[in-house]
Amino acid sequence: MARLETPEALESFRQEILSRRDPDSPCVSICAGAGCVASGADEVIAVFEKEIEAKGLSATVSTKGTGCPGFCEQGPVVVIYPEEICYLQVQAKDVPEIVAQTIENKQVVERLCYKDPATGERAVKESDIPFYRSQQRTVLCNNIKIDSKRIEDYLALGGYAALAKALGQMTDLEVLEEVKKSNIRGRGGAGFPAGRKWEGSRNAKEPIKYVIVNADEGDPGAFMDRALLEGNPHSILEGLILGGYAVGAHEGYFYVRQEYPLAVKNIHLAIQQAEHYGLLGENILGSGFDFKVIVHQGAGAFVCGESTALMTSLEGKAGEPRPKYVRSNVKGLWERPSVLNNVETWANIPLIIDKGADWFTSVGTDSSKGTKIFSLVGKITNTGLVEVPMGMTLREIIYDIGGGIPNNKKFKAVQTGGPSGGCIPEHLLDLQVGFDELTKAGSMMGSGGMIVMDEDTCMVDVARYFIAFLTDESCGKCVPCREGLRQMHRILTNITQGKGKQGDIELLEELAETAVEASLCALGKSAPNPFLSTLKYFREEYEAHINDKRCPALACKELINFYIDPDRCTGCGTCRKQCPADAINGDKNLIHIIDQDKCTRCGTCFEVCPPKFSSVVKLSGEPVPDPVPEEERTIRKKTKEKG
Amino acid sequence: MGDIQFEIDGQTVTAVPGMTVLEVARKHGIYIPTLCHHEKLEPFGGCRLCIVEVEDRGWTKYVVSCVFPAAGGIIVRTRSEKVDRLRKTILELLMAHAPDAPQLVELAKVYGADPNRYESDPSFCIHCGLCVRYCAEVAGKNAIGFVDRGINKEISFVPEIAAQYCNDCKACFPLCPTSYLQAAFVYAQAMTCSTS
Repeated sequence: MARLETPEALESFRQEILSRRDPDSPCVSICAGAGCVASGADEVIAVFEKEIEAKGLSATVSTKGTGCPGFCEQGPVVVIYPEEICYLQVQAKDVPEIVAQTIENKQVVERLCYKDPATGERAVKESDIPFYRSQQRTVLCNNIKIDSKRIEDYLALGGYAALAKALGQMTDLEVLEEVKKSNIRGRGGAGFPAGRKWEGSRNAKEPIKYVIVNADEGDPGAFMDRALLEGNPHSILEGLILGGYAVGAHEGYFYVRQEYPLAVKNIHLAIQQAEHYGLLGENILGSGFDFKVIVHQGAGAFVCGESTALMTSLEGKAGEPRPKYVRSNVKGLWERPSVLNNVETWANIPLIIDKGADWFTSVGTDSSKGTKIFSLVGKITNTGLVEVPMGMTLREIIYDIGGGIPNNKKFKAVQTGGPSGGCIPEHLLDLQVGFDELTKAGSMMGSGGMIVMDEDTCMVDVARYFIAFLTDESCGKCVPCREGLRQMHRILTNITQGKGKQGDIELLEELAETAVEASLCALGKSAPNPFLSTLKYFREEYEAHINDKRCPALACKELINFYIDPDRCTGCGTCRKQCPADAINGDKNLIHIIDQDKCTRCGTCFEVCPPKFSSVVKLSGEPVPDPVPEEERTIRKKTKEKG
Repeated sequence: MGDIQFEIDGQTVTAVPGMTVLEVARKHGIYIPTLCHHEKLEPFGGCRLCIVEVEDRGWTKYVVSCVFPAAGGIIVRTRSEKVDRLRKTILELLMAHAPDAPQLVELAKVYGADPNRYESDPSFCIHCGLCVRYCAEVAGKNAIGFVDRGINKEISFVPEIAAQYCNDCKACFPLCPTSYLQAAFVYAQAMTCSTS
C-alpha cells in the first residue's frame, strides 16, 4: 500500500481493511499490558496461537495481544469477539478448553467468567462486570481491540478520521476553536485549559513552534499514560499532529521515560507506520501540512515531568526546572513557543475533533469536562485502571467500581494526585471528582493516581513516605525544596519513631509554607501537600504520636508492641516457629510469650496467628502486660460439658 | 518601547523592557538580599532569598525578583511580614549547613534567623552554583559542576580540566558565599584523589 494522498484515499483504505475482516469470525484478544504479562499473558498468547494452528482454525480465527483494558487485578484478561466474552485470570492450561468450548462450540466456560463476590453471579460479557459497568470508557475502550503494533487495527476503528477531517474540512483556526470550545483541561495534573495553552503558542510571535507529549509518568502506582502509550500509541500521535496543525508547529516530540521500553518501541513503530501511509511527514494526506515527530527518552527523573525541566532535558541538559515567569507556551523548548500536554490530553484530541466539542462537554462537571482515567490501587478489591466521567463521586469509584476495601477493613482515606497530592478522608467520600473540587479539598487531580488506604494505615507515616519520595526526586536546585523537604522528612521520621517534640507541627507548617510559596517549580510548591492534607484531616494522629507516643493505626513500628493474649493462646506454636528473631517462648500446651527485648516488631507473629485464635495483639501507647507467671502457663484443655 | 513605571516600597521606579525587578531595585538603590545572584551570570533562581511580594491587578503573589520581569503598574514590596518569614526560614535552612558563613550571619541578624533551628549538617556548600556557573559562563572551562541531585547534590571539579586550568584561575574561590575555602577545598580534594 502506497502513501495516502487524500482524505478520501484514507477512507477507502479503511473500507478495504474492514472488508477484509469478517465481523462474525472469532477474534481472541489477550491483554499484553504490563500487568497481564506479569501474570503470564505472553504464554497464554503463545498457547492460543499454537492451539488455533493445531486445530486448523488459523484461517478463520485471529489472535492478538492488545493493550491494557484496565482490570489488572484479574489478569490475564482474554476477550473473545464478536460475542465479547470476557475471561479473567486465564492461564495457559485453560486455553485448549477455551478453544474447544468457546471458539469451536460457542459455549461459555463459566468458571473463567467474572464472579460477583457478593451474589456469586457470573458475568459473561466485559460490559456486564461491575468493574466496567459503571465506567465510561471513551479513551481507554479501544485498548483491548487493538494490536498496538498494527496501524490497521487503529484505522479499522476510525483512526486518523479526525486528522482527515481537520486537514480536509477545517482550517487550523477551526481546530483550535473546537478544542477551546471543548474546555478540555490538561490531564497531567495542573488542569490548565488546553485550548488556551494552544492559543498562546499560536499567537506567539516566534514562527517556529513545537508540540510535545509529556510521557514522563513517574507517580508511584500510576500507569494511565503507560497503558495508553503501550496500548493505543496512534491515538496520541494523531492528537499530537492535530495539535501541531492547530498551533502552527511542524515538529513534535514524545518525551517518554526509558523505564517504559515497550511504550518507546510502540511509539517508534507507530511513527514509522504513520509516515509510511502519509499520515505523518511532508504534505500529510495531500493537505500541504508538514509535520515530523521525534522520540526522546528521559532518564526517569520524576522532576522531568515538570514542564521547564522536561524542556531543559529535551535540550540535552540536566533536567532542572528553569526560573521563568514567561510561560512555556510562549518561551519553551529552545526559547520557542511550545505546547506541552500529557499523554491522556493528546489522546482525547482526536475524539474531540471527530465527535465535536459539544459531545465532549456533554460529560463532566461545570468546570471539568470529559472523562478521566484513574489508576486505582492500594487497599481496594479491584485494582486497575478506570475511566469515569468527571463528577463521579469518590464513593462510586471506590465502592461501585473498585469493589470496596478488602478483608472487611474500614476505609480511611484516598490519596489522589500522585506523591504531591493529598489525602481525602471518609467524610468527603461523596466529593465529585473534578479539578477544582479536589483542589478545594486540599488534594489535586494530578495525573490520576488514586491510592486507597484502610484503617491500618498511619497517616503520619503516609506523609513521611511521600515526602521521602519527593526528597529523593527533588532536583536540588532551590533551597525551599531541597533543604525544606530534607528537614520535613527528618521531623516526620522522628514523629513516627516516637521522637516527636512539642513544636514539631508548627515547624513543619513553617517549612511547608516556605516550600509552597518560595519553591522554584511545581514539585516543591506541591510537595508539602501530603503533610498539609493529613494534618488538616488527621491532626489527632500527629498529636497522638507526639504527645502520647502512640500510633492510633498501630502501624509505626517503633511505637507498637506485640503481645500474646494468654486467654486466647492455644500453644499451637505457629508464631514461635516463624518468628525470625527467636523472640517467642512456648511449647505444646504452654501459653506463648514474647520477649519484648528480642522482638524486632516485624509483625510475623501477628500475621501468622490463625484467625480463629487471633491471640497476637498490637499495642501502642500502653504498657505491655507482664508475661504470665511460669506456673500458670500450662494450657488446660477446656473439656466439653456433657449433658 | 517606552519606559515601564511601577512601584517598589512606595517609590516610583522606571525600567526598560527586559529588566528584572531586582535590576530595577538595585538601579534605584533599593536593597534586596541575594545569595546566588551575580551580575555577570545568567539568573539562577536557586536561593530564593530575593523573594518579594508583588501586587498585580489586585492579586498578591510571591516571586523571586532576580527573574521576575519588570511590568507597568505592579506594586512591589521588598519587606513584609510574610516575605521576612520566608527569608528567615530560607536562612535557617542554609545555616544548618554553613552556620558561620559571614553573609548568612549578617542576614540572620536582619531577619531574626536562628542558626540552630534545624538539625545541623555542616557541609558548607549551599548550592548557589556561583562557582559552577562562573566557570561555565565566564571562564568557559566547565571545570566544576554539580553531581547527583536533590539532597545528594554536590559540587565537584572535573580533575582532567581542573589540572589544566584551575591553578592559574581560581576566580571561583572568592565567589563562594559560605566560605572562601569551599571551592578551594573541593579543588584540593579533586587534585589529590585519583579519578578512579
